[in-house]
Amino acid sequence: MALVLEQLLNGIQFGVMLFLLAAGLTLVFGIMGVINLAHGSLYMVGAYAAALGAKLTGSFLLAIPCGLVAAGLAGMALEYIVVRRLYARDHLDQVLATFGLILFFNQAIILLFGRQPMFVQIPPLLSGALDLGLFAYPVYRLCIILAGLACAGGLFLLIQRTRLGMLVRAGATHRDMVQALGVDIRLLYTILFGLGAVLAGFAGLMAGPLLSVQVGMGEQILILTFVVVVIGGLGSVAGAFWGALLVGLVDTSLRAFLPQILRALMNGSEADALAGGISAMGVYLVMALVLLVRPKGLFPAYG
Amino acid sequence: MANPRSFPRFKGWLLPGLALACLLALPPVAQALGQPALVTLVTRMMILGLAASALNIALGMGGLISLGHAAFYGIGGYAVGILTTHAAAGAPFLGFIPGSDSLALNLLAALVASGVAAAIIGALALRTSGIQFIMITLAFAQMVFFLFVALKAYGGDDGMSFRRRNGLLDFNMRDDATFFYVSLGVLSLWLALSARLLHSRFGLLLGGIRQSERRMQAIGVNTFAMRWLAFVLSGMGAGLAGALMANLGRFVSPDLMHWTQSGEMLIMVVLGGAGTIFGPVLGAFALIGLETLLASWTEHWQIFLGPLLVLMALTFRGGLARLWRKGDAS
Repeated sequence: MALVLEQLLNGIQFGVMLFLLAAGLTLVFGIMGVINLAHGSLYMVGAYAAALGAKLTGSFLLAIPCGLVAAGLAGMALEYIVVRRLYARDHLDQVLATFGLILFFNQAIILLFGRQPMFVQIPPLLSGALDLGLFAYPVYRLCIILAGLACAGGLFLLIQRTRLGMLVRAGATHRDMVQALGVDIRLLYTILFGLGAVLAGFAGLMAGPLLSVQVGMGEQILILTFVVVVIGGLGSVAGAFWGALLVGLVDTSLRAFLPQILRALMNGSEADALAGGISAMGVYLVMALVLLVRPKGLFPAYG
Repeated sequence: MANPRSFPRFKGWLLPGLALACLLALPPVAQALGQPALVTLVTRMMILGLAASALNIALGMGGLISLGHAAFYGIGGYAVGILTTHAAAGAPFLGFIPGSDSLALNLLAALVASGVAAAIIGALALRTSGIQFIMITLAFAQMVFFLFVALKAYGGDDGMSFRRRNGLLDFNMRDDATFFYVSLGVLSLWLALSARLLHSRFGLLLGGIRQSERRMQAIGVNTFAMRWLAFVLSGMGAGLAGALMANLGRFVSPDLMHWTQSGEMLIMVVLGGAGTIFGPVLGAFALIGLETLLASWTEHWQIFLGPLLVLMALTFRGGLARLWRKGDAS
């Protein structure tokens, strides 16, 4: 029982990370109509900048702003130089341009940091485990869950309750009208893109101590983020949230429990191979299932 | 490409004929120049050109932006790898499918396997359109990738190699020049078929659907079935290319279906000219040539290729195939 709960928490923690990426991706698509394959690169930039900051200052606390600022600046520069020119283009041009950006970012990181993965220590303050009665759970992972939920709440308030959010929502549906009323919509888009980048960078810097920081880390999680966005419904932040939790929970629990369940049914090595295959495919099968029932995702943003 | 403008057709067969003559002459010339590696390089270009041309059926003719064709390419490759190793071991695949080391049979098997995969993935992915379609094809390709990584019996992560290329008639397939001519033959056959397809009733219907799906529905066309058929044909072509590629290197691994492979195929099609017959092949030659050239200068060639792609996407319209026929592009 304790084991099940622990894995469920792991699933939620993974889901929250996915949400931070999916939120930026889905906002950029929903509002600007751009598919950004390079979103994973911003995650990588955040992770590397924080890893570098932690190495230079020796403090994880100081590394956090490093990662956020680097990802935000990279995102805004990206919007200003390239993505801005893609709004009016068809999706194929967007895919090609952002694919080119991935190659550039990955190679730039290899030039700057080399191919060896970097490792970041969990900050001593957060390195213990918290006793939750039935079992002890790492404080760091709990912090990720809380930080992610706080981001989700903050994002909801920002979009639904602030002037900036109102402009963003208006800009999504009536771009020309908002512009005619004197709002600098290009600046607004740059800020929004930067916000998505900061969220991606935040996910990247939090992932640093859990995974190794390496080239290509962005693309692996990017594709899962696509699954989240498709399941949740493109352009919907609420959909991204529930989709991310679903994907995080399904992926984690399949990997954790399926081998044991199958091992009870068949002999060891076959069970492991089959469980490995099924759990690797699990979230994609969930996506296929959702598509069969609701082709527009669980929370379609438009009708 | 989802582009409502007319798509270019080659009026003359002069240039393609010339290109074919050059390719036919390449192996002896390369031998005479003391550059035998050139034959293998051009074989690789032709095989990827076949893959790009296959993707073009979905992308250029059908307007379907698939970022998952590497899956079909890889499945074609694995069909060859699995059947060939089973033939060598003498044990049937799945207990009832006998292994084979005949090229003709294995190419057929690759076509069937990739066709079945494309039929299933296409039926699901075509329920969506636009950006979701891009994401879903990418996601399903990733699923297939992980499936083959998990298949430890067939090498898992490391892939598997086999000792000899598949046999065809009495040809000496060990000889790179022979394999070059076989690949050239398959590519020519494929291009002839796709030229027929482009001008067939099916090709015209696809063009119509690309431009206005609602109008085609209104005149009674089952647009879903047409798109699905285009996707399946396109996946089968990619599988055929994968089967040849597996034979070229006598090696298959999940790298064949890495998602960057799908991206490169897209680039080839767009670089060469989506919707044209020879454009994608041209794009494959140009991209592989550029990569080889950049790689000979620096290990970090992608730092140049990346921005080049961005520039291409931002400024370059219509592809290489339009360059020498600007006059009749209307």
